[in-house]
Amino acid sequence: MRGGTELGRVRGLGSAKEGAHHWWNQRVTAAGNLVLMLWFILSIARLPAYDYATVHAWMASAWVAIPMALLIVSVFWHFRLGLQVLIEDYCHHEARIVSLLLLNFFTLATAAIAIFSILKIAFSGTPA
Amino acid sequence: MHVRWPITMMVSIIHRITGDGMALVGTLLLVWWLAALAAGPANYEGFQWLFATWQHGVLGYVVGVGLTFSLFQHIASGIRHFVMDAGAGYELKGNRAMAWMTLIGSSTATILFWAYLLGGK
Repeated sequence: MRGGTELGRVRGLGSAKEGAHHWWNQRVTAAGNLVLMLWFILSIARLPAYDYATVHAWMASAWVAIPMALLIVSVFWHFRLGLQVLIEDYCHHEARIVSLLLLNFFTLATAAIAIFSILKIAFSGTPA
Repeated sequence: MHVRWPITMMVSIIHRITGDGMALVGTLLLVWWLAALAAGPANYEGFQWLFATWQHGVLGYVVGVGLTFSLFQHIASGIRHFVMDAGAGYELKGNRAMAWMTLIGSSTATILFWAYLLGGK
């Protein structure tokens, strides 16, 4: 079990030159998602009503807008890693490269819309 | 050809389906909901009409139950992966039991969530 050069072993990146970063980032974001998504689903369940005024006032609070923005970062990072594995398993050659590019565009575009929306609500909401 | 479907394999496949399903359907819905809420009452009420009013809210129930079950199942299965990442739970009997527990736990959580939402509040 001593393949490669000594420098290669020190770098610890393996033959794919990626190391364990993909695996590790998926676990770190999974832990973040566990806390943030449980908070989100329980908060949604406990809302007294789901009309515009109630939900908008709820989202405008810093106690909601900030974890919501963190949720977008953690969850979207996590799903980008997961979809990448799906693409790598089922798409090959040119289709893989195009799919991975589209995945990056999809993730960044949806994340930008989500975070802009949260901030717009938070900064235009009526102060408590 | 005889194909066996052990529970551990099924839960692994379900982890991928629920994860990638939420990544596509869940993401688009979450972003749509946030954008509608930021755009104003008219937009938000359009979103509400589609998912809560149209045809007695059938879209909201189907997508809602699907997404909540997916979330609870992916969380339970993810915790199972954390246990296995730590090097535990590889005994065949215990591993199978853990796989079953993710399905039982997520089904129970989904039923409790919707019971609370529809009747318990």
